[in-house]
Amino acid sequence: MTTYAMVIDTITCIGCGDCVVACKTENKVPEGLNRDWVVEATSGEYPNLHTEFRSERCNHCSHATCVYACPTGASHYWKDTNIVLVAAEKCTGCKACIAACPYDARLIMRPEGYIDKCTFCHHRVDDGLDPACVASCPTHCMHFGMLDNPDSIVSRLLRERRHKALLPETGNEPNVYYLL
Amino acid sequence: MIEEVLVTARHNPKIDPSLGIWTWEISVYLFLGGMTAGIMLFAAWAMLTRKQEVLAFAHDRFALWAPIALSLGMTTLFLDLEHKLYVWRFYTSFEPTSPMSWGAWILVLVYPVMILQTLSTLRRGYPTLAGWLERIPVGGWVMDLSENWRRTIAALAIPLAVGLGIYTGVLLSALSARPFWSSGALGPLFLVSGMSTAAVIPVMVSRLKGERHFFETTDVGLIFLEVVLVSIFLISLATGAAYHLEALDLVMGGPFTEAFWLWFVVPGLLVPMVLAFLGLRGYRSFGLLASVLVLYGGFMLRYLMVEIGQVSTWTDYAVQFDPQLLERLTQ
Ligand code: SF4
Ligand code: SF4
Repeated sequence: MTTYAMVIDTITCIGCGDCVVACKTENKVPEGLNRDWVVEATSGEYPNLHTEFRSERCNHCSHATCVYACPTGASHYWKDTNIVLVAAEKCTGCKACIAACPYDARLIMRPEGYIDKCTFCHHRVDDGLDPACVASCPTHCMHFGMLDNPDSIVSRLLRERRHKALLPETGNEPNVYYLL
Repeated sequence: MIEEVLVTARHNPKIDPSLGIWTWEISVYLFLGGMTAGIMLFAAWAMLTRKQEVLAFAHDRFALWAPIALSLGMTTLFLDLEHKLYVWRFYTSFEPTSPMSWGAWILVLVYPVMILQTLSTLRRGYPTLAGWLERIPVGGWVMDLSENWRRTIAALAIPLAVGLGIYTGVLLSALSARPFWSSGALGPLFLVSGMSTAAVIPVMVSRLKGERHFFETTDVGLIFLEVVLVSIFLISLATGAAYHLEALDLVMGGPFTEAFWLWFVVPGLLVPMVLAFLGLRGYRSFGLLASVLVLYGGFMLRYLMVEIGQVSTWTDYAVQFDPQLLERLTQ
């Protein structure tokens, strides 16, 4: 399995939300629905507070509970990669995958009713391009690439910088990383 | 302190601010699915032990209730689907990792056995219906066939019914993303609760005192077993990781405490257990009231489980727009 990862620098992210707009434009996500979102996480006690911005989306888990829960095979891995997609023409809208995703990263497409989610812009990845959110980030805090390639930007950043993934304790093996 | 706030809007309907993907349709389906399992089990048991005299209702008339209950349940299940025209996709593949796929295929096995089980009892239990069926070409032939094989059919019905009953609980407990459901007790609990809701039907409608008494006794035992399983369920959460403890808090002091204890455990389990016991002592009206409460409790169990499980989560953002913040700005 080829593993694609996204590495996002929480230090340089300013929480502008351009990634969200880029995704909506690129993927024609209907009004009121979102495939990605930005979280501002504040921790500590006043006055020693620490804030980090995180652009979040589906983690394209290597152990994707959503794929395992889907009764029809609509939720699947794309071309032997970790990119998780939903085949609309196989989806019954049973929502088992939504219940199975610990990150609440899925949405119900309107008005059709099939399930939709971040695709890591696989159509762009196919053309050798970065996902739209990564390509549009004005602070260049988002990076995309193959984890299997030790020379890729994502492998290099993960080697060099302190980082975390969200809720690794779910066992889902998430592939979106945050540099700290 | 750690506070996570969404900077950009994420108001995905039925997902934010907390999951609300499954509502009454799924609860009704889980309730009727469990009841169907119970009906099939009791009807098969009466058939296998040749109790046509003592358990006349269970032996001859009960089986017909199963396809009615299950078909109603399947209807509400269908109503829940968001992409309804693609419902047939359940049957274009079998996904061994997906409990829902198992459930879909179990139904394919359950339906024919359940129909044959009903047909094998139709002539004795519902002669008018059997008469109508006789008039359509293969009607008489299928009834003959199922009557000849009635004990084999009953024997097949038992493992299928157990599978169906347990499945309704496993469907939820397999979803590890919702900590409140992460308990192996849910499968057995839903099976026993389904049997209990089925057992009260003969208590309410059987004309034989002996049969009513048999099912009342059975039900007292089943409710007791249910209380034990609910306790095991709560204990398994209490001995879990932080996420399970948080999920348990929802019913132990949290927002669902009142609903769980005062709307489910007391009126749906404890009161009917006492009333059914009094019913056994000869107070028939207590027995009837107990039966109604058992049905209520069975539904509440599914309703609350579905509801609370969706609220329990791994991620917790402050996503709701809080108008108080605006007020503070203008002050
Ligand atoms: S984040 Fe959720 S939707 Fe995405 S792959 Fe993981 S489990 Fe599936
Ligand atoms: S809603 Fe669609 S993608 Fe999700 S589990 Fe059901 S069939 Fe699969």
